[in-house]
This record gives sequence, structure tokens and C-alpha cells, in this order.
Amino acid sequence: MTFGEIARKRLHCLFLLIAALALFPISNAAFAQPAGSAPPPSNASAVSAEQSAAAPNVADSTLAPAAAAEGSTVKAAPGAAAYTGLGPEWIKGKPVAGAYYFQPQYTADGRYARWMHNYVLMPVITVITLFVLGLMLFVMWRFRASKNPVPSKTSHNTLIEVVWTILPAFILVGIAVPSMILLNNQFRTPPKDALTIKATGYQWYWGYTYADNGGFEVISNMLPDAEAEKRGEPEHLAADNRMVVPVGVPIRLQITGADVIHSFAVPSLWFKLDAVPGRLNERVLKVDEPGIYYGQCSELCGARHGYMPIVVEAVPAAQFAAFIHSQGGTMPGEAAAAPAAPAAAPLQQPESAVAGAPGAGAAPTVAPTPAAAAPAAAPAA
Amino acid sequence: MATTADTFQAHPEDHHHSDAHGADHKPGFFARWFMSTNHKDIGTLYLIFAIFAGVIGGAVSGIMRLELAQPGIQYLTGLASLYGEHDMDQALHMWNVLITAHGLIMVFFMVMPAMIGGFGNWFVPLMIGAPDMAFPRMNNISFWLTVAGFCSLMLSSFFPGGTGIGAGIGWTAYAPLSTTGSVGPAVDFAIFSLHLAGAASIMGAINFITTIFNMRAPGMTLHKMPLFVWSILVTAFLLLLALPVLAAAITMLITDRNFGTTFFDASGGGDPVLFQHLFWFFGHPEVYIMILPGFGMISQIVATFSRKPIFGYLGMAYAMVAIGVVGFIVWAHHMYTTGLDVNTKMYFTAATMIIAVPTGVKIFSWIATMWGGSIEFKSPMVWAMGMIFLFTVGGVTGVVLANGGVDDVFHDTYYVVAHFHYVLSMGAVFSLFAGFYYWFPKMSGRMHSEFLAHVHFWVFFVGVNVIFFPMHFLGMNGMPRRYPDYTPAFAQWNYVASIGYLIMAASMVIFFVNIIYALVAGRRAAPNYWGEGATTLEWTLSSPPPFHQFETLPVIEDHHSHHDHIGSADAAKAH
Repeated sequence: MTFGEIARKRLHCLFLLIAALALFPISNAAFAQPAGSAPPPSNASAVSAEQSAAAPNVADSTLAPAAAAEGSTVKAAPGAAAYTGLGPEWIKGKPVAGAYYFQPQYTADGRYARWMHNYVLMPVITVITLFVLGLMLFVMWRFRASKNPVPSKTSHNTLIEVVWTILPAFILVGIAVPSMILLNNQFRTPPKDALTIKATGYQWYWGYTYADNGGFEVISNMLPDAEAEKRGEPEHLAADNRMVVPVGVPIRLQITGADVIHSFAVPSLWFKLDAVPGRLNERVLKVDEPGIYYGQCSELCGARHGYMPIVVEAVPAAQFAAFIHSQGGTMPGEAAAAPAAPAAAPLQQPESAVAGAPGAGAAPTVAPTPAAAAPAAAPAA
Repeated sequence: MATTADTFQAHPEDHHHSDAHGADHKPGFFARWFMSTNHKDIGTLYLIFAIFAGVIGGAVSGIMRLELAQPGIQYLTGLASLYGEHDMDQALHMWNVLITAHGLIMVFFMVMPAMIGGFGNWFVPLMIGAPDMAFPRMNNISFWLTVAGFCSLMLSSFFPGGTGIGAGIGWTAYAPLSTTGSVGPAVDFAIFSLHLAGAASIMGAINFITTIFNMRAPGMTLHKMPLFVWSILVTAFLLLLALPVLAAAITMLITDRNFGTTFFDASGGGDPVLFQHLFWFFGHPEVYIMILPGFGMISQIVATFSRKPIFGYLGMAYAMVAIGVVGFIVWAHHMYTTGLDVNTKMYFTAATMIIAVPTGVKIFSWIATMWGGSIEFKSPMVWAMGMIFLFTVGGVTGVVLANGGVDDVFHDTYYVVAHFHYVLSMGAVFSLFAGFYYWFPKMSGRMHSEFLAHVHFWVFFVGVNVIFFPMHFLGMNGMPRRYPDYTPAFAQWNYVASIGYLIMAASMVIFFVNIIYALVAGRRAAPNYWGEGATTLEWTLSSPPPFHQFETLPVIEDHHSHHDHIGSADAAKAH
């Protein structure tokens, strides 16, 4: 049977195909909405008053949910030595015990991607799987040997073969549209004046270099389980020093590796980019709300691959400036200030850095590091 | 009607001294099993080897599930202490050795030898009516190189590999972790094992392509070949084109490690990502190499037990060709987070999703084959139906992962682990068990217990789903792959998965009991023990087939439907 013949004799089936095609503009309209006007996530209101009170260093006025940093003008920096990290009540992005869903999303791309997964991909794959299962169960029941002792001899049906080739192709085209939109959004160019932060993966810890703020590097090691528990943070995810970023503004995040390939990954920010030695990977990161977001190294990098967490701490601009000053850095536009006394910032001292590691140009040590040099990474044996 | 080859004899000389060696001319034990040039004996060796390697690879995953059953490090320190004094890093290195061994063993020494070496060797010549493979001696060296490769991999676990003993580089062996990141001979042994296994596979591929193109019985055109033979043909081409690229990549690894080159070292002008491109240019076709022969077996089995010819034969054959071709141009979807630019990610997203189309054609064609059939739920059929459903589940999560933007959260998490175990541990392994129960009586001459085979299926089905389904949840929640330890939030589903492992392990006991039962007390198998639905040429032979078959070539009747009217030469003459 030729295609022309099919078209003439089985027009009703082709009509179905056209109807399926017509569905795609509808789905287009559906996903355009959440993409355009990203609604504030429901748990934004979780930042309750008494929780804010527990973090006195963060000015309440700058923490209006979802509006976070847009309105916050830089108040007078609270003093170079005054920066204290957010407390555990600010933890927002972390795995939930026994969960079978994504971590809450705190970036626009993350919400769009989660929407695409939950409302485009999941329905499609669930329907397809149930359709196949249903067909199989029906066939097993209807055409079992005892009920249908004489098999048919059918071995061809051109029309149905054409349909089950073309229809899945159209479904895939429907999936591809939001997928391409998502990719396009993820690769937006950062504004010219965007803050640049460089994350470097080392065996086995992270270093965060603030290129626009004096170029200092903060070394981040995993906290021992007992210490994490004491601070009210999840074990294996907490780090001594966090990657502090300003909330609500696009950051040019650059990722590289010092020795082997690592991967900078924060699930609640829908962010993952490999730290490849000799290569500077770059992506825009814009965190919507102040909070603490946990991630873990996501590329096999040797023995302690599972022991180099990533902690992103998003704070309003004023607090970010305080953090920069506490590290002896400067905010853009400021004259190079005299280094402040870092000793007064208890959370941000790189005292637990692995010996010899922080130096950006230092030769990476590949040989086993003596366990004593990095107590932070020793798991409970 | 091609009957010109009726009087041709494959081994006419055999008839002159048949009395001296018995009817089958079997050589003595050593010559038969260690110097074999017989495709059936080599196939048997491959199957025994694959089962042996599978037990080791499965035991390794058992240690992994044991360690992951609860947060904290419980067993790795004990394991590392087998090698003497160690610190915590060396214990953690042991974890990487385990995941590397599990991956390499299961891919190169279990699935590939079983699918291609085992069933391919046994049944391609039988199904096309050939007396043996085209190059019997090359067939022999293919097998023994695979064994040598396995030995090299096992040896690697006794040498220093950087932080600790053994190669802890993952089966993907990404540079620079596999070069400057792992000092010591362990990684060289592991890489050399891939060289050996790769050379074995390339020779096997040449053998299969030559056999299938040149040694089909008179009348068996390409479009009358059984789909299993088609699947092996496509697989052989994938092997032939993909494995040299792997060989090049790992040779460059070796020279980077030992001879001062810097192919993958940025400080010398190289690029670590180049290794990933080369590896996945091999690695993606490799996953189809592992599943395509399974597709072929499922096609034979579904047709047999539906007592119908396969639906859409040409579509099925060319869907496999399409999967093979497209499989070569989607490799970078394994590398979405390496810093690909936006256009590259968009291209690989689109190209990857296209593979779902021919795969869907196969799934629907299998169901259409059953439609209108007279289905008997014998053990191969239940395994085949289990494969069709579970492969669909693994396939649709592949469509999710194909999206480069969505993959930013799934990449290198347990969601990926769940996905590829659904398509391999369930797709490929269910096909292997389906094929095993389908052909075991043909190969051994003894019937297995259908009851035990059904019990094996159900326990295995429950076990693997309990292991792997919760891994989707772990991945969505953010748990990265290749972690020996995790935050307590991941504890519940990891515990469930470890329970699943115990269920799966119990089912394997049933499997081995069934084999032993069959070999010791199984009924003798008739030539065609599955009845009229089994129409390919191997069912015209005794069970087990004679040591040399088709000394007079069979002739394939010219008939409008495909490979469902096949007779021996005698039957053809009688017409």
C-alpha cells in the first residue's frame, strides 16, 4: 500500500495525526506562562519572623521573601569583622529524608526545568509506560493459547507501522520545544558588570576565588559529622567555609579543576558544571532567596570524592559586602582597603585548609594526603 | 528456488575416518576445550566464562549494596585491611576499585561475552545454515584473549593504583584521574585488559560479519535472515567501528601515563575532555552493542511463543540498523556538564531523542507480534515480556535524561544509575535469561525445570525492581553516583535497594539450582521442544546439535513470509 493510497482510504487516521500536531501550540502556551512570570515558590514564606530573629546579623528589611535583594540598597557595611554566616534555620536546599521528588528550586531555570519535568516529561513517560503495560496485559489475557488456540498469520500493516513511527516523533518534537527553551535560558550571557566568582575543585575540597573583590580564595572543607551536628547542619553536606554569594543578582560563576575533574553541583539551584583542569567553564547563577544550599562533588575524583560538599550561602548585598570585607577584600568601586582583621570572623577563617593547598598555583598533590592533615574529611569509621 | 547446493558437503573428509573418532568426531578433552575451533564449543566456553565473571561482578555489587545499606563506612576498612595496613583514604579508594571492577566486569566480561560470544557463536551459524564460523581459529583466539583480559583486570587489584591498591578510575577511566591521578601499575593493568578484550571483540566482529555475509545457506537472503542474526550483524558493525576508537583513546592514556605524552593534559596542550569525546564515541555504541543482540533474542522468542511470524520484519531489522547508525552520533549526551556550548547541547538533545523512535518501533512490533497470537507462557516468554516492559521503563527515563537542560540536575546522580540498570540489568540481562531458557535445552540436550525458571523470573523481577526503582528517587533528591557514604536523608531508599539485592541474589540461587537439576536429572530434549512456533534452522537439528552440523547445506524455500518455512535439504528435495 502506497502512502497516497493510505491518505485516500484512511483519511480519518491522518486526521488524528493532524489533531496531535495541533496540540503542540497549546502546550506551548502552557509552558510560556510559568517561564515568563516565575511565581515565588511556596516555601518562600517559610522564612518566619522568629527564624529571622535568630540571625541577627541579617537585616530583616532586606529579607522580604522573594523580593530579597532587589530593593536592598547597600547600607553602611556593618563593619569588616562583623560577618557571621547564616544559621541552620536558613537551610533551604538539602535532600529530604525518604523523598521521591526534587529538592525545592531557588532559581528561575530550576523552576522551569522542574516544571518541564513534572508537567511535560513525567506525564508523557507515565502515559507511554502505562500504555505499553496495558497493551501487554490485554494481549496476555486476550491472546493466551487457551483462549485463542489458532494464531493469526498477520505480519504486516503498513498504516500502523507508519503511525507508530511518526506519532512518537511528534511527541518528541513536543518535548524538544520546552527543552530548547530551557537550554537557551541556561546559557544566557551574564551582564557586563556581573560579579565573578571562581570555584576550583581540588582533591578533595573546594576553593572559591572572589576575582572582583581582591582575588582572595576561600577554602572549603567538609565538616566532621559531630561538628556538623553541633551546628545543626546535615552531615556530609556541611562545610567549614561556604561559598557566599549575593542574592538576587546574576553571578558569573566560573568552574575549574586543579588536579583531576570534579563537578560543581547544587541540586536546589539546578546547577551542575564540571571542574576540568585547564578549562574555565562558565555559567550564570542567580539565586532568588537568601539561604543555604547544599551540593556535592559530582564527578569521580578519587578516594574522597564523596567528602567534598559544596555549600552556597546567598545573602543580601549588605551582608555580602560585610563578608568581602571580613576576608580583607573590597567591593567594586571601593578603594583597595587595608585588609581587615580576619580573626574576628570565626566562620570564615580558612584555618582548616589542607596544608599547602590554597595556593592557586601550587602543584596539586595527587599522592595520598596524610589523614591527619585533613581531619575534616575523615569519615566515622 | 535455489537448490544448487544440495550435494555440497561442508566437510567431506570427515566421512573417511568417522569410525576412528565416533560419529561426532569430538577431539579429546584438552584439544576440545582449550584448542577449540568449533563454534558451539567456543560459545559454551563464552557462556561459562560470562556466568563466572557475572558471579564475580555480582558479588562486587553485593559488597557495594552492603556498604550502602546504611550511612557511614562499615565494610570498606575491613576490605582494605585484607591488603595490610591502610589509612582511611585507602579504604575509600577500595570503593572506587569496587565500582570500577563492577562496571568493567559486567560490560566487557559478562554481557558482551554472553550475548555475542555465547549466543552469537552458538546460534548465528545454526540459524543461517552454516557448518561453523568463517574463521574458526580466530574465533578461538577471540575467546582466550577475553579470558586474558579478565585476568589482567583481576591482576590490577593487587597493584598500587594511586591512593590505594587497585584501579579506582571508574569504568569510564576519565583523564586526568586515570593518568596523573592514579600512579601505579594497577591502572595500566586495567587499561591493558580493555585492550585485550577490545582486540577479542574486533576479531569476533570480523568473524561474524564474514560469516553472515558469506556463509548463509542457499536461499537465505539477507531479508530472510532471522532477526537474531540481523541483530548480531548490526552489533558486529558497531563493534568494528567503535572499538578501534576506544583502543586509540586508552592507548593515548597509556602513553600519557608512561611515556610523557600529554594528549589529555592541559598543561601540555592536551584536553581532558578529548578523552571523554573519544571514550563516549565508543561508549554510546557500546550500550547498543550490549542491548541489540538482546533485541534479536526477544524477537525470536516472542514469535516462537506467539506462534506467529514476527510483525513488521523489515521494520524490525532496519530499526536495529537505524539504532546502530544514530547510536554513533549521540555520544556527547554523556557529557552535558563538561562545558559544551549551547548549540552542541541542543544538537545532542535532539539527536538523542530521535533514538526513541526506532526503539519504539521495536516495542510496538513485539506487542503486535503477540497480538492475534496464541501465546504460551513458557519461561523464555515470561522473561521476554518482563524485558519488554522493563526496557520501556528504562527507555522513557532515557528520554528524560536526553534533555540537556534537565540533565543538569540528573547528571551523575542515582537517577542515571537507575536508568542504565533498567536498560542493561533488566533489558540486557532479562534478554540473556530469556535466551538462556530458550536455548539451554538445545545446547545441553537436557530440559530445565519450567517451574524453577518461572520462580527465578518472579523473584528476580521483584528483586531488581526493589533495587533500582528507588534509585530514581535518590537521584531526584540529589544523591550523586559513586559515593561510598551519604547524608542520612538518603538512608531510607538506600536501605530498600540493599534489601532488593538480597532478593535478587536469592533468585540467582534458584537459577543455579535449575542448571544443576537440568544437567543431572533433566529430561532429554527433543529436537524442537518448543513446538510449531519455533521455525528457525536450529530447531531442525537434534538437541544438542551434532558436533558438525549442516554437512549438507539446508535450502531455504522461496516463500512470501519471512523465515517461517524453512526445511532441511532433504525436506526441500522431497518437494
